[in-house]
Parts: sequence; structure tokens; C-alpha cells
Amino acid sequence: MHVLEKKIREANAAGRPALIPFLTAGFPDRSTFWPTLMELDENGADIIEIGVPFSDPVADGPVVEEASRRALTEGVNLHGILKELRERQGLIKAGLVLMGYLNPFLQYGFDKLARDAAAGGVHGFIVPDLPFEESEALRTALKKEGIALIPLVGPNTNVERMQLYTTVGEGYVYVVSVMGVTGVRESLPPEVVSTITRARSVFRLPLALGFGLREKKQLDAFPITARPDAVVFGSALLRHLEEGLTAAEFMARWH
Amino acid sequence: MENSYFGEFGGCFVPELLMPPLLEVETAMRDILPTERFQNELRNLLRNYAGRETPLTHCPTLSKELGFDLWLKREDLLHTGAHKINNTLGQALLAKYMGKTSLVAETGAGQHGVATAAAAARLGMTCTIFMGAEDVVRQASNVNRMRLLGAHVHAVESGTRTLKDAINEALRAWITSQQSTHYCFGTAAGPHPFPTLVRIFQSVIGRETRAQMLDKTGHLPQAVVACVGGGSNAIGMFDAFIEDREVRLIGVEAAGTGEPGCFNSAPLNLGTPGVLHGAYSMLLQTNDGQVEPSHSISAGLDYPGVGPQHAWLQKTGRARYGLVKDANALAAFQRLCRAEGILPALESSHALAWVLDHPQEFRAGDQVVVNLSGRGDKDMGIINKALGFTAQAGEA
Repeated sequence: MHVLEKKIREANAAGRPALIPFLTAGFPDRSTFWPTLMELDENGADIIEIGVPFSDPVADGPVVEEASRRALTEGVNLHGILKELRERQGLIKAGLVLMGYLNPFLQYGFDKLARDAAAGGVHGFIVPDLPFEESEALRTALKKEGIALIPLVGPNTNVERMQLYTTVGEGYVYVVSVMGVTGVRESLPPEVVSTITRARSVFRLPLALGFGLREKKQLDAFPITARPDAVVFGSALLRHLEEGLTAAEFMARWH
Repeated sequence: MENSYFGEFGGCFVPELLMPPLLEVETAMRDILPTERFQNELRNLLRNYAGRETPLTHCPTLSKELGFDLWLKREDLLHTGAHKINNTLGQALLAKYMGKTSLVAETGAGQHGVATAAAAARLGMTCTIFMGAEDVVRQASNVNRMRLLGAHVHAVESGTRTLKDAINEALRAWITSQQSTHYCFGTAAGPHPFPTLVRIFQSVIGRETRAQMLDKTGHLPQAVVACVGGGSNAIGMFDAFIEDREVRLIGVEAAGTGEPGCFNSAPLNLGTPGVLHGAYSMLLQTNDGQVEPSHSISAGLDYPGVGPQHAWLQKTGRARYGLVKDANALAAFQRLCRAEGILPALESSHALAWVLDHPQEFRAGDQVVVNLSGRGDKDMGIINKALGFTAQAGEA
């Protein structure tokens, strides 16, 4: 069992969904990013997704895009992120996932990326602009280092397309809750239940629900069978931190 | 998904949520586009609404000065002022046959936005145009034209606030609205199948040119020349000639202000391979893979990427891509105005400038066709400013 799957199953065994905060590298700023990440780690994060900034993040809403733009202005880049991860190797308890768009990974070189990510303790990658059809080269490179390429599916992913990902997916499946981009929403659309139910019927991997999540009670309305195994929260956390509040306070909402 | 690559370039690098609508477009290209009913309706729109076929105009004065025959394919005479309408009518009609009721599109200079808004109005569809906030200010008259044609124009405030950000925002909007909406992509770039779809609708340019040249001279031209931003007018001109190995295909990119290291819009000449907006192609980017801002005096060429088929035509050597600076495009613009009484778009002026600046490339008796992809009326503000006309207004 892949280490990311194991992290989620351990949380589930304790009777709760695994918690997966997303934090753009270099956010809130370069000096506070690592302390914030460590605070997430100490306050119940099972897996942490680190956002690798990109100039043109088409799957992201305004909050993550702005965080990404600011990070780029401050000189945050993939080399730096991987170097700083290597320096903290072994200090972070949570599983680590890099989430970013393909081009910076492509320019870095897939084989070198896989080696350096493994050396930095990275367990998985999420690449929002890499559908199944284009994913083989990166997946092959990552697999050599035991790193998972996490599939993304959404409300318009039918059973046939989900099945494409079952043959290759590892770690967990990222279920996008809405037909839209990342960002906090007042309520989740009703179709999220059928998306999770459909994904559950296809995948053996744990399901992590993301896009639009901000607090635990959003999940209360879900039927027991359609509760996700893990929850991802990004924009809500970034907004919370932007207001000067602490990562610990945010994590407390989910316990 | 089939044939999504041109050699190593192209592909479909989009979020999974955009795969179903892109596959739906691919299916429509296979099942609807070739049907007689669709083709007849499109032909009728192109002829009686857009103004096809467009003339192939000989330039007597410039030909004499240059020592070879210069011809212009007059896409500038089309409805809404540029070749863009060939594509928007095709895509809007296809979308309608697919059961879509709305169009979403990006625009830079506003030409594709106006052409999309016109097609939507004509076919009874609603239309939303995303345009960089910077461009909304620079191209105010086109914003007004789009609004008069019934389109909702959204000013995009993110990123560099220009075309590439408008595409990002249009893609985001399409994720949400895909059930009722077709993304009427404006150039032969973007994710598969757009590079192929846009080429299919623009290839009427080259087909007509080829037949007109044979009719007028009995021979194929020695060269066809077109400006390249995303590359839709160029691929439209080139397509019919790709198998005619004796016809030189020359694309012209915008070099910007021209000093070393300046912002430009020339990824084929000055970029490296990378992924932007769904395709692996040549790209202006940093070593880290961040997309760099582009620049050109011509807003329609101002884009850091380029269609993947051009990257492939360059790599295989079938087409060659030159560079023209802002100042040379402006000079070519003025020369065509005076010599032939035609006011070209600044985009097309780049293609013309390359020919005017490289007479040694051609011999006496050669026939050279420049695709005059659009008219220059839209550029009067930029041209007045660049030529200092406002200061000299009293002299006129």
C-alpha cells in the first residue's frame, strides 16, 4: 500500500476523514511559509499539499492564483522548494504532495524531478493540467522513485474515464466537488454525492474531496456511504492565514 | 482521442474537467462537420454573410519597385475586418448543431471577440467575451462593437491582464458552463482539437489563393507569406500548399521593439518548447517554466505561445519563420497605404514588411502572395500615436 493511502486509511481507522491542507509555497510569505507548514503538520494534517507556483494556473480561482503570483514575485521556484524540502527531510510527519502545473515540472526534467522530489521526502504529485492521455511520461518517471501521480476526477467524469485512471492511480483519488475552479463556496452542489458514489464504485483507492471546502459541517449533509475518506482545503486556509489567523486555529475547525 | 499531435508538438494538457467537452468537439468534427447540410450552410454564411471569396489583388506599384510580382490575399475585406470570421462562423455553426446555446471566447485586440459576437448574433446564440483589462482600455472601440453585437465583455484583471490571461479566464468559465456553451477558440493553438478545428475553418484562405493564382497566372506562387501570432491566418494560408513542395511557406513573427532581450512575440524564433494553454509548442518562458510576457505593436500578435503545427512545420523545415520589428511593420503599413491605397492591419503589416525587407529572397518573375489578414482601421489609435499624428494634427 502506498504511503499516502496508508496515511488516509490510518485516519479512517481512527474514525475521521484524513485532513489534507493545501499551502502555496512561499505563502503567507517566504519567511513564514515553513513555520506555517510545520504548524499544519503538528496540528493534525495527515497529508500536506504544497502548491508549486505557476504563471497561468487555469484550474485555480482568484485566491490560489493570487498566492501563486505573489510567490513568483518573491522568487519562489521549484528548485528552491525541492532544496528546502531536502533540508527538512525527516522533520515532517505528514505525507507530502506537490501540486502544480505541468510546465515547470517539464522544464525541470521528469527524471531529475522524481529523484530530487524523492530526496526531499515527497510522496505524490498532483498535476491539474495532465489528463490521463498525457500522463504516461511523468507517471513512469515518478514511479521509479515510488512517488504517486494522483488522479483527479470530477462531476463530469463518467465511469469509463474513471476506469482509465484505476489502472494507473496510486495514493488517493482527488475528487473535484464542483464544475469550476478552486475556491471557497457557500454550499457544495448536490451532484457531489453522486460523483463520490460513482468514484466509490470504480476506485479501490481512498477518495479525497476538494474544491470549495472550508469546514467540517459541510460534510454533515452527506449520506454515510458518500462521505469522502479525506478532505482537501486550500483557498479557505489561504484566506484564513491572510487575515493573520493561525494554521492551528484553522485545523481545530476540522477536529 | 486521435491525431492530437503534430510530430512531438500539440496534445491536450487540460484539467480532466475539460476533457469531456473537448472530446465532444472532436466527435462533432467527425460526425457533423463533413455532412453536406453543415457544409452547405457554412458555405452560404461565408459567401453571403462574410463576403467570400475574397479577391487576390496584384500590387502593380510595389511589384515594379521590388522586381517581382506581389499579390495580396484580401482577408481584410471580410465582414468584421479580418480572417477571424472564417473560424467563428464555422465554430458557432458547429456549436449550434451540437445543441449549444452560448459561446465563450477570449480576445486580445478584440478582432476575434467582434467576429465571435457577430457570429453569435447571426446564429441566435448568447456570447461572453473575456478580454484582458489592459486590452479593454487599449482597444475600447472593439469593446463597444462587441457590446453593440450583444456580447457580454468581461475585463480580466488577473496576471498580465492581456490575451494569455483572457484565455485562462475563458477556460475557467468553460469548465463551469460546458453543458450549454462552446468555447470558440480564436487561433490555431490551444488543446487538441482546436489547432486542427481552427485550421479546417481557416484553410479556405489557402484553397482560394491556390485556385486564384492558377487561374490568373497558370502557376503556383513561389512563396506565400503570413504573420504568426497564435498562427491561424498563417496555417489557413499554408494548409493548401503544404504538399506543394515548390511553394515556400514563410511565417513572420513580431520581434517587438527589437533591441536584444526586449519583450517580443516570437516564440518560434526566440522561445523554447513548453506547455501553455493545453498544448506543447514553442513558448516564451523563463528557465523555470514560467510564461513570460510578450510584446508587439500589433495587439493581435501579442501572445507568448504559438500553434503546435507551426512548431512542427518549423522543425521539419517545411516552413520558415522570419522576424519583423515594430518599426519595420509600421513602415510597411505606410508604404502599402501610399503605393496601393490599402490600409492593412498592423498584424498583416508584419508579413508585408518581411517581403519588403527581403527582396533578395526573390527573383524577377516570382509570384509572392502576402496574406493581408485584416484591415488597419482598428489600429488608428496606435498608428496615430506611433507616427506622432496628434502633435501634427494642425498640418493635415
